[in-house]
Amino acid sequence: MTRVISKQSGQTWFPVIGLEVHCQLRTRTKLFCGCANEFGAEPNTQVCPVCSGQPGALPVMNSRALELALRAAVALDCDVAPWSKFDRKNYFYCDLPKGYQISQFDRPYCTGGGIELASGKRIALTRIHLEDDAGKAIHDRGPDTLVDLNRAGIPLIESVTEPDLTNADEAFEYLTRLKEIFQYIGASDCDMEKGSLRCDVNISVRLEGEELRTKVELKNLNSFRNVKAAIDYEIQRQIEAWENPDETAHPVQETRLYDTNRGVTRTMRAKEDAHDYRYFPDPDLPELHVSAEQLERIRRELPELPAARRARYAEQFELSEYDASVLASEREVADYFELAVRGSGRAKETANWITNELLSARNERGPETKLEELGVSAEALAEMIELIAAGTLSKSAGRKVLAAMIETGKRAGVLVVELGLEQVQDTGQLEEWCRAALVGQDKAIADIRDGQQKAIGALIGQVMKASAGKADPAKAREILLRFVQEHG
Amino acid sequence: MRDAHGLRQSILAGERTVLDVARATLASIDERADLNAFLPVEAEPILERARELDESLARGAAEPGALFGVPVALKANLAYEGRELTCGSRILSGYRPPYTSTVVQRLLDAGALPIATTNMDEFAMGSSGENSAFAPTLNPWARDYTPGGSSSGSAASVSAGIVPLALGSDTGGSVRQPAALCGVTGFKPTFGRVSRYGLVAFGSSLDQVSPFANSVRDAELIANCISGADPMDSTCLEHAPIQPVERANLKGLRIGLPAEAFGDGLDASVRQKVEAAIEALCELGAERVPISLPHSEHAVATYYVVATAEASSNLARFDGVRFGARQEGDGSLAGMMGATRADGFGDEVKRRILLGTHVLSSGYYEAWYGRAQRVRRLIHDDYRRAFESCDVVICPTSPTPAFRLGERKADPVAMYLSDVLTVPASLAGLPALSIPCGTVSSDSGDANLPVGLQWIGPALGDESLLAAAKAFQSNTDFHLATPPLRREQAGA
Ligand SMILES: [Zn+2]
Repeated sequence: MTRVISKQSGQTWFPVIGLEVHCQLRTRTKLFCGCANEFGAEPNTQVCPVCSGQPGALPVMNSRALELALRAAVALDCDVAPWSKFDRKNYFYCDLPKGYQISQFDRPYCTGGGIELASGKRIALTRIHLEDDAGKAIHDRGPDTLVDLNRAGIPLIESVTEPDLTNADEAFEYLTRLKEIFQYIGASDCDMEKGSLRCDVNISVRLEGEELRTKVELKNLNSFRNVKAAIDYEIQRQIEAWENPDETAHPVQETRLYDTNRGVTRTMRAKEDAHDYRYFPDPDLPELHVSAEQLERIRRELPELPAARRARYAEQFELSEYDASVLASEREVADYFELAVRGSGRAKETANWITNELLSARNERGPETKLEELGVSAEALAEMIELIAAGTLSKSAGRKVLAAMIETGKRAGVLVVELGLEQVQDTGQLEEWCRAALVGQDKAIADIRDGQQKAIGALIGQVMKASAGKADPAKAREILLRFVQEHG
Repeated sequence: MRDAHGLRQSILAGERTVLDVARATLASIDERADLNAFLPVEAEPILERARELDESLARGAAEPGALFGVPVALKANLAYEGRELTCGSRILSGYRPPYTSTVVQRLLDAGALPIATTNMDEFAMGSSGENSAFAPTLNPWARDYTPGGSSSGSAASVSAGIVPLALGSDTGGSVRQPAALCGVTGFKPTFGRVSRYGLVAFGSSLDQVSPFANSVRDAELIANCISGADPMDSTCLEHAPIQPVERANLKGLRIGLPAEAFGDGLDASVRQKVEAAIEALCELGAERVPISLPHSEHAVATYYVVATAEASSNLARFDGVRFGARQEGDGSLAGMMGATRADGFGDEVKRRILLGTHVLSSGYYEAWYGRAQRVRRLIHDDYRRAFESCDVVICPTSPTPAFRLGERKADPVAMYLSDVLTVPASLAGLPALSIPCGTVSSDSGDANLPVGLQWIGPALGDESLLAAAKAFQSNTDFHLATPPLRREQAGA
């Protein structure tokens, strides 16, 4: 449990944190109508009578959304209810076309479940429920508020944790894991920038042995980093407020917005303004029923999840924790890795090439890029690794070949010949490069003779440079050592 | 024009064109403008549609639909793309929906000539038509009397012979009660047999699009066209459309007579007419079965909790943001919404929104809405038990004949009690119809007023209910009575 020692009083405080995370489901169409669920279209072009709340229009449930929601429930080990229902959450706002949101109140489609952090601590989920998204009100383009209903009706799952988190790092890790899993199972893009993942934080602090104190809700958190920063700020703010001898300065139950620019939270609405949402069962929608067979099929079809893969990579392939973690955190990368290993039979080398070269090449192209877009298939990477293993290609030449593969889409075998990068094994040629490298290097030679092996590295570098990467560095080393001994 | 079957035949036989029918209908609407049965009707699209139908017939394009050339008046809460859809409210003035309701689309597919739109109590809230934001509809039998509501204009337009068919919506009796008061046939199918897609919602778990006609046979004809599964309405049942079924006579029909419906609140003249009709039924071979529906005394209270709760939510979308009238108020969002709703809704709508908001409020939900849902189940169970011993429940549709304009306007509870005999079947979702069973003299003796006989069938028993009522009408002539013509009434 995280303790926070007050700078002012020296008292020990314990933060209590719960997260509510909304994720848009990656369906083709909206939750209750046939409009496209796509980001970035012209405002109000993906609307119809249903999602724009025209009088008389009725919702019809998108079964694909339920399928994805169930995948999420199974992946997080939740208890799926055999039947659940939709309720109307009534409130007025300009981005809410029907005057109510279709959500789930007292019978969500699943309860329980959770996510295990790296420390082994488990963050329990209270529930996940299914609901439709509101539209988007835009306040910063002129005097009028503009409303875009493209988002209205997009399916969301809202997952709510127990107040199990005790610090900002745990919140950050929880969100990272949740995102990995939802992306893995194809349930959601979880892209905070596009709003397909949104996170609210419930937070309070208490002293040892105390019941819970007043809780505050934080909103407007648009990146995981901001979630972290807002929690850290809010913990300090609440401690200072509680320790203020003036009781009127104590924390109150309210919703606070995180101000990204100033790094502080400020009051958005007090509890007195809280809505009575007047939930009641939506008479337009039948109950949701989930059969044991459907659930079993979803369980069967679920891919191996990141945590399991990470453990397996460390165990089966003897990868470092770091490599296993990087490779397993995205399904595309993990699948690619496994396919490449199947081809090359060399897990560690494959892991290195992917984490060092391919992922950085991808990241250079921007955060949206998929590994696939680099145009290097897992089989092609495996071939290249085999060429290195066979001694046809040096590692450094391999880097060039891989870059060329990304550029041209050609296979390694072809590029090695085209670029003349076949590793030179010919002793005569190697000796020539080594001799040249030793010219004027008397100091280095002396150092090596004194047993300072380090100096040889620079000399090998010279050879590689002169050979444009084609020299076999191991052989060059042998020859250089021989020449040094022979020298003088 | 009172007979839909006959009208279609005469068009197909070449005795008249659809354009003739359209022109005659428009003329008749003008002629009976005194009734306020219609809200402003746009003639040109109707004439255009009539011409198209005539051309398609001339081309011999396809098998003419079951309602070919038949004018069907539409209540002002049924969406018909591009036609003003006011729901009898100021808040929707100028609103033209961008889509067509399933029922209107099915009318079009059947070759009908939809006439938009008829006057109604605002958002279908009312039992007299007096809650229309525009003007009260008058009863064609006696213009000082209400036609009932909320489908006032649809009932009056069929009663006055302006159209042979009309669609209304029945939430707690809004088709059956005006059918009774206007002396026509009104049929509410089992909840879910007709799509609600494009029917502006009042009480979603109760609303059912329902036809008016001058005979059960015509009501059945249009019910057949508009019913059946609809992928756009997930509460619409997967059943086939309502099929015409014939029944040679009424021998052995067990008619359940609920003691509760014949109690003290029943007007003596209505009781007499209904009992005479029951006598006629028995003469035709039906058998009386005394039954009890013990929870029906709670039906009106239950109905006004459930329907207002749903309405308070359904009417939230009329906020001035996307369509309809807007009042800017103080310029803030809440101010604009508040001013729009304060100005756009009438008193009765506001009353019901307030009631519905209250019964769903935190702390009151269980005592009101939760309890009402449980009583609703009990009412449902009452009927289930009753139908173990009878085939159809027979009772009056309305405890009184038509009442005078203004008579109940100041007393909402008296007005709500107009529905006392129709809401039980609504809460149970059962098929029910009202057919004429004679007229009675008004208290002051200045008019003859129709009385309605209500028939309620078991869930999904629409076909046999219609078959029995058809057999009754083929042996009686109550349904042939028509209101006096206008000039006689006006003394001109
Ligand atoms: Zn839509």
